[in-house]
Amino acid sequence: MAFYVVQFLTGLASAASLFLVASGLSIIFGVTRIVNFAHGAFYMLGAYVAFTLTERFSGAFGFWGGIVIAALVVAVIGVLVEMVLLRRIYHSPELFQLLATFGLTLMVEDLVVLIWGPDDLVGRRAPGFKGAIDFFGQNIPSYDLFLIALGPVVLGVLWLLFQRTRWGVLVRAATQDRDMVAALGVNQKWLFTSVFALGVFLAALGGALQIPRDAVNHAMDLRVIVEVFVVVVIGGLGSIIGAFVAAVLVSELNAFGILIFPKISIILVFLVMAVVLIVRPWGLFGKPEAPARRTPGLTVNPWRPLTTNERLAAIAVLVVAAALPFVAGNYVLTVGSEIAIFVIFAVSLHFLMSVGGLASFGHAAYFGLGAYGVALLSKMAGLPMIACLLLGPLLGLLGAAVFGFFAVQLSGVYFAMLTLAFAQIVWSIAFQWVSVTGGDNGILGVWPEKWAASPSHFYWLSLGIAALAVVILRIIVFSPFGFALRATRDSPLRGEAIGINGKRIQWTAFVIAGTVAGLAGALFAYLKGSVFPDNMGISLSVDALVMVLLGGVETVSGAVVGAIVYKALNIWLVSQTDLSKLVLGGFVVLIVVAFPKGIVGTLEAFMHRRRKSSSSASSPLLTSRIESAE
Amino acid sequence: MSVVPTLLSVEGLTKSYGGVHAVRGVSFELRAGEILALIGPNGAGKSTCFDMLNGQNIPDSGRIRVLGAETTGKKPRVIWRMGVGRTFQIAATFPTMTVRENVQVALVSHGARLFNMWASTARQARDEAGRLLDLVGMGAYAERPCGELAYGDVKRLELAIALANQPKLLLMDEPTAGMAPRERVELMRLTARIAREQSIGVLFTEHDMDVVFEHADRILVLNRGTLIAEGSPEEVRGNAQVRAIYLGEGLLYDARHREGASA
Repeated sequence: MAFYVVQFLTGLASAASLFLVASGLSIIFGVTRIVNFAHGAFYMLGAYVAFTLTERFSGAFGFWGGIVIAALVVAVIGVLVEMVLLRRIYHSPELFQLLATFGLTLMVEDLVVLIWGPDDLVGRRAPGFKGAIDFFGQNIPSYDLFLIALGPVVLGVLWLLFQRTRWGVLVRAATQDRDMVAALGVNQKWLFTSVFALGVFLAALGGALQIPRDAVNHAMDLRVIVEVFVVVVIGGLGSIIGAFVAAVLVSELNAFGILIFPKISIILVFLVMAVVLIVRPWGLFGKPEAPARRTPGLTVNPWRPLTTNERLAAIAVLVVAAALPFVAGNYVLTVGSEIAIFVIFAVSLHFLMSVGGLASFGHAAYFGLGAYGVALLSKMAGLPMIACLLLGPLLGLLGAAVFGFFAVQLSGVYFAMLTLAFAQIVWSIAFQWVSVTGGDNGILGVWPEKWAASPSHFYWLSLGIAALAVVILRIIVFSPFGFALRATRDSPLRGEAIGINGKRIQWTAFVIAGTVAGLAGALFAYLKGSVFPDNMGISLSVDALVMVLLGGVETVSGAVVGAIVYKALNIWLVSQTDLSKLVLGGFVVLIVVAFPKGIVGTLEAFMHRRRKSSSSASSPLLTSRIESAE
Repeated sequence: MSVVPTLLSVEGLTKSYGGVHAVRGVSFELRAGEILALIGPNGAGKSTCFDMLNGQNIPDSGRIRVLGAETTGKKPRVIWRMGVGRTFQIAATFPTMTVRENVQVALVSHGARLFNMWASTARQARDEAGRLLDLVGMGAYAERPCGELAYGDVKRLELAIALANQPKLLLMDEPTAGMAPRERVELMRLTARIAREQSIGVLFTEHDMDVVFEHADRILVLNRGTLIAEGSPEEVRGNAQVRAIYLGEGLLYDARHREGASA
């Protein structure tokens, strides 16, 4: 019995940090409507800065002072980020805000390694809370008791701040209607900045307080952000009470889940989240969001199929690409195969994002599932390569069918957070279920059969499948199903009013995208001869997002160009620098701020302007109003 | 009158939020080809009533039947498939598609071909879409992106979309809100003409009394969730209670109406 009580208290102690970070995220979202993906990065920075300060200043005052100063320092960094970056993108579509803050996270990860080194850092114990308390023969660290008390205290302080101060009233008003608050003459810029500062302060404080419990490392940002997303999805984005209750719930589920499913404890949290999403899709304490009237796009250029000339040009490009093995060496061909595989992966996400308006932040899960499907089939079942290539992606299909069902119940930022959380769950299963997946060591020796083994043959195979995938997805875009999907994206209200079952259409699209991603993963397993948990990692999901964005999220097939350019650049970059995440993150931020239409989108806009200016003089539609209907 | 079948029948529709009775025991009928206006001051329960009819809100009690078939508590998409078209207070269309494609999607949905992933949508029901667009006077705009249209034209397009399932009943929530005076008259004349020609029943809410008194065959007046008057425009105009609560005193509507009738 005592053991369970201790386990319960450990859970409560973990909840404190989680609550601090989640409440910060919720407060920022409430006012600015930005889901700050970089919140985990600020949490991590808080821990690193606090580590340095507490090592430098001795004594109890040095420790506690160091913790608070660290949180303040990071809050100032947050203010700078808000003023330099976020102020430029408050009016951008959600997707761009998510991506920009994600780019920031990537940059911080490399910067942290650059400043503090790659090794885990073990910090000081907290003065005054070094010992443990004996509880019927079980030890409870006294620092845990301190954290357990701290959670409700912070909750109370926040409540007072929002209920009893003028600033708090303004923040609550802005949460309900920011335009009205601006119309009343409140300086919105500084309100946003101060809210962001408070949110970042809470995240950094959450990180700093972890020092006595856990080693500081450069992967803690993603671990916490996934948990925080789960917390706000359960508790309801924008609700501080919700963040508290859900933080306790998730931490307890983690604490006891380890006892029930020692290997894959995260499953329990997933199950609870799934139940909450079905019963209350907006979270336990959240409010249902009014459906956003804004369309996801920046332009209203209608899509059209390729003209005959454009088709011929595309075929010509394909023929040139197919001729590559006659002039290039093995290394170039291997790179070419990898690019072709990433074209498949990118177009699958593009289909979901551009046509369906569903920005998945965990698309790598289905890529990885396809890769593992192939590896398991060929190593364990010993199936021939063709059978593996056909059946392996079905694991991606299965994963997309299960996760997609829940994900499409939500939209916008909730959808992004949920897909990311799902991808992390799949990743941890691959990582922890060592007996089947090989864990960190992966599955080795997945080589193609003789007919596809040579670099040129494998290149042709990848190129052929990539071309096929692009063509089939394009056909679907212009099919009635593609239009139903776009209709649901453009106006769910009108879609429902003309008999379209939007959720089922989106679910089907999710499954299609997941299966095609699984196909890419299947080829990738054969290209590399092995699969690892990283094949479903977050950085791969981000790669896919960047490829889509670089190509142009509003185009029909921009992802093809985006994938080719990005992958070529990426392979070159990795060979040139150790700080690829820093460069990549900076690249993402730059695209979002300066270049939101992407390569193909910019070209299209240019062509459209030219066509328009040459034809406007003769167009009767633009100059004369139509006669009345009578 | 008894020859014309009852299209929509509403019995004892009730909805409350907490302690507030938004709609209390509303009952009425609508016949094919009839144009019925639902009016009342703000907060009278018009929108709640309307949302229950189109499936966006579920009544606490009461029954709604369209041509004898129960639609109470059914989803909007199901109600649409039972032959009920609708337009929104703020027109809802698909801005990234062309005008023709907007109508084609609705037609494809009506033909239950939404999960076809192979055919080209451009070839689906092309002529039928053209006919519907001609009907609402948008034929010349067929290839324009919907997002570039003036608001009055978006409203016409929305009407064409709403007609795509050959509805028996058309629900229009403040059809002329946000439009210029001339456009209002045109849109309502168009709607009335189509309704008479195809004997579609129309139920609409509206704040513009010129539109209501010119086009409605019958008027329902809602106040604080209950029907306080029902009848022809003349009867409603003469009703002292309605004047006191909503219309106000004065000869404005009389004068306008006589003008309209003699013209």
